Amino acid sequence: MNAQNTDVIQGTLDMLILKTLSLQPLHGFGIARRVEQITQGVFKVNPGSLLTALQRLERSGWLESEWRHTENSRRAKFYSLTRAGRKQLELETADWTRRASAIARLLREGA
Amino acid sequence: MSIWRHATRGLRGLLRRTAQNQEITDEVRQYFEEATTEWKARGLTEEEARRAARLECGNPVVVAEQMQSYGWENGVRTLLSDLRFAARQLRRNPGFAIVSAITLALGIGASTAIFSAVNPILFKPLPYPQPDRILMIWNTWQGARSEVAFGTYRELQQRSRSFEAMAIFEPWQPALTGGAEPERLDGQSVSADFFHVLGVAPALGRDFRASEEDPNGPNVVILSNRLWQNLFRGDPAILGRQVKLDGDNYTVIGVMPRGFEDVLLPSAELWTPTRYDQRQITRDFNTWEWGSHLRMVGRLRPEVTRAQAISELSKIAHTPWPQFPRPRWVSLEHGLIVDSLQEDIAHTVRPALLAVLGAVILVLLIACVNVVNLLLARSGQRGGEFAVRGALGASRRRMVRQLVTESMLLSLPGGALGIAAALGGVRTIVALSPADLPRLDAIRLDPAAFLFAFATTTIIGLATGVIPSVHISRNDLQTGLRQSSNRVAGTHLWTRRWLVITEVALALVLLVSAGLLLRSMEQLLRVSPGFNSSHLLTMQVVSSGHEFDNLPSAPEAGDRARRRFFEQALDAVRRVPGVQRAAFTSALPLSDDPPVVIHYGAQFEDQDAQGGYDVFRYAVSPGYCQTMNIPLLRGRLLDERDTAGAPQVALISASLARRHFGNRSPLGRRLHVGPRNRPWYTVVGVVGDVKQTSLAIDQEDAVYLSTEQTWFADDTLSFVIRTRGEPAALVPAVVAAIWSVDRNQPIVRIMTMDRMTAVTEAQRRFILILFEAFGIVALMLAAVGLYGVLSGSVAERTREIGIRAALGARRTDILALIVRDGMRLTLFGIAIGLSGAVAAARVIASLLFGTSPFDPLAWAGTTALLMIVAGIACWVPAWRAARVEPSMTLRAE
Repeated sequence: MNAQNTDVIQGTLDMLILKTLSLQPLHGFGIARRVEQITQGVFKVNPGSLLTALQRLERSGWLESEWRHTENSRRAKFYSLTRAGRKQLELETADWTRRASAIARLLREGA
Repeated sequence: MSIWRHATRGLRGLLRRTAQNQEITDEVRQYFEEATTEWKARGLTEEEARRAARLECGNPVVVAEQMQSYGWENGVRTLLSDLRFAARQLRRNPGFAIVSAITLALGIGASTAIFSAVNPILFKPLPYPQPDRILMIWNTWQGARSEVAFGTYRELQQRSRSFEAMAIFEPWQPALTGGAEPERLDGQSVSADFFHVLGVAPALGRDFRASEEDPNGPNVVILSNRLWQNLFRGDPAILGRQVKLDGDNYTVIGVMPRGFEDVLLPSAELWTPTRYDQRQITRDFNTWEWGSHLRMVGRLRPEVTRAQAISELSKIAHTPWPQFPRPRWVSLEHGLIVDSLQEDIAHTVRPALLAVLGAVILVLLIACVNVVNLLLARSGQRGGEFAVRGALGASRRRMVRQLVTESMLLSLPGGALGIAAALGGVRTIVALSPADLPRLDAIRLDPAAFLFAFATTTIIGLATGVIPSVHISRNDLQTGLRQSSNRVAGTHLWTRRWLVITEVALALVLLVSAGLLLRSMEQLLRVSPGFNSSHLLTMQVVSSGHEFDNLPSAPEAGDRARRRFFEQALDAVRRVPGVQRAAFTSALPLSDDPPVVIHYGAQFEDQDAQGGYDVFRYAVSPGYCQTMNIPLLRGRLLDERDTAGAPQVALISASLARRHFGNRSPLGRRLHVGPRNRPWYTVVGVVGDVKQTSLAIDQEDAVYLSTEQTWFADDTLSFVIRTRGEPAALVPAVVAAIWSVDRNQPIVRIMTMDRMTAVTEAQRRFILILFEAFGIVALMLAAVGLYGVLSGSVAERTREIGIRAALGARRTDILALIVRDGMRLTLFGIAIGLSGAVAAARVIASLLFGTSPFDPLAWAGTTALLMIVAGIACWVPAWRAARVEPSMTLRAE
């Protein structure tokens, strides 16, 4: 456990989930680990928020789920991106890039 | 698409709750197992790995709960569980649930029904464009509204600049022949601009033209939608068709729209142009053109205010111009009465309706107080329960939500029942309503009233739901827990006592008002109408057709034919078995015969041109007074000798004899009735006074003439038939007898005299019934409130009562203790209520007949009634308290 861990920024969790799932279908724990790995432990995912977010995204039609066996032969609920989910990811990515670069510009100008 | 998915998934979640929960649990468990496995892979033991996973991820139960609370279905689930709990609570205390639902239903039902009835009459704009610009214009007679003459209408129409259009109208009741039975229709003769003034045009065909007002114009008629449907089955080719009315062919030129409401005569089904001759106005005052029998409406120009129009009309009335001569009886010297159409049609019923509205607001208020009282009593009892829930960790929000759900569960059925009661109430009001209630067709359960009722229930529900919870939060937990052990007196009791006092006071106000109205009705029914109304059958017989026309070649022939028809019909009626006596009259006492057509000027020979009296003119058959049992006081009655050729004679009423002759004998004196250019009538007898318009109105100056000796033959006469047995049983035989003389004459308004009397007083009876109903409801609600408070107080004082009994108090002492407590509240309420009742009595004073607003019997009687009912409400809990076993109560703690 690292003191540098940050809770996922409000509103970005959905995007992180979608991005993670765009590479391959995963179950809940797999998504959490992948997010932590990719962000090199900057973001820490809380299981309550993550699983509820998965429920919400599935209901919105961006994910679909399926019970399958994992490599260590446990039954797990695997989530994968739907076509609508892919479109949503593109939208959110574009939006995020726009905002992040705006903030970056602002910080640069201010310095 | 997404909404659809949300809905279906949510629904699936609701229906397959266990399966869904299982899936969530599985998913969470798998998540934690993966985490544990990972920690184990780093070299921890099973036990350590499990702990590390929990430390990292939190409590799996909390995670599962978090997932379960996602989605709209979860709110529904909480609501359902709240409802289930609330229903269980109510079931456990059905008395409370039933009493509050009924209380709400009574309050809401009564107020919705009354508001629905009053709204279209007093408040809702009339169903015309810019209804506030329509004014009624009346002549003034003895300070009151009086009909105008055609001459006055023409003068105002030509001189006034304030009006876009003015119109006159009068009743027209043509006989429709050609069907299975002759029918009399209700309609109006109107001047050409009538529909223009109202702002409504025919839906089919066209409006009247000014040229059709000419005395020699064509016979045209506009039909109501209803008549068009009933008579012609809505045939679209109706325009130009002929209808036979009073023996003449009338051409249908238009049909009014379906929803058209003629507030000036709601029963009107057809309209025809008036036929007055403008040239007669300056030529001769003794013509129909100067008879005061028309009503007048006008539509203001958009830029003119009502005040401007009123002042202009007043100026015209007070400054006659030579080119507009006026006879004495329409001099306009007392000015004109101008009022908006809406206020005008409601002016006779307005005070009564406002009184009823006030009464029903009191009922609603009492109902609200009672419900609040009941809910406070309950929350007092449940203080402990909520304290325990709070201690177990229920959040404030959750408890308030639970309470609000409970209150709503209570007020919604109350509201639903109330709306059902309102529907019944509206129907009852329409059924009971007096004939002079305007806009009866517009009375229906009004959506505004419906919303009002619903909002009232919701607000009562929310307020009474939240007050106790606010109260709970104010108390700390400890007090609450202590309270649950019943040893501390309820803190609500003080509030509840005040609420009960309020209820008693309000109930007394209603009861005293109802008592006064009841006494007034009693006084009214004690008034003698001046004739014997039992076993008396009445009906109106119309004579219509060209055989009754007075032609220029034979000016009296039509009148003679009319008289012959009526006399033959009367002979036929007299031959019907079971008929004791029969007669006819031009005006029937206590009927709806419009006073305007019965009123005539009368002048004795010693009076100058300006003198005279307004009298009721009765053109009767010989034997009329005997049939009606109107007593002869002096001289003789009319008989068979008083024919057309014989000397003209008259009977006068006792009031007229007293007014003009004092103690001197009127016999042999002479008078004119109606036109002055006819031979004098000689007074041959004085008969008893008869009430004509209402039992409450002392307006009895009357002159009786023989139909053969009047200056015109009335086309419609009322037959009065004294029967041996039940009068209604003779109706078919009598009608058949009249139709045996002439099959084409309509017979209408067939009614026994007793029924007629009741109909005349329908408005008073209507108000009385409403007030009585409200008074009884208020009394019951106050009794329930009193009972509830005392029961609560007895329950809370069980221990005290037990100790008293243990210390030697007798049962009667305890009985007296509680009853005294209750009666103290009652007396306090009565003291406050009496001052309220004084104000109420002043308000309804104008509705009373022969009864002082401070009638001692009404005041004492209703107060005593309230005390007795309150006494019973107190006695029941007191009796229960008196039976308390001291050992039991002390042990119960």
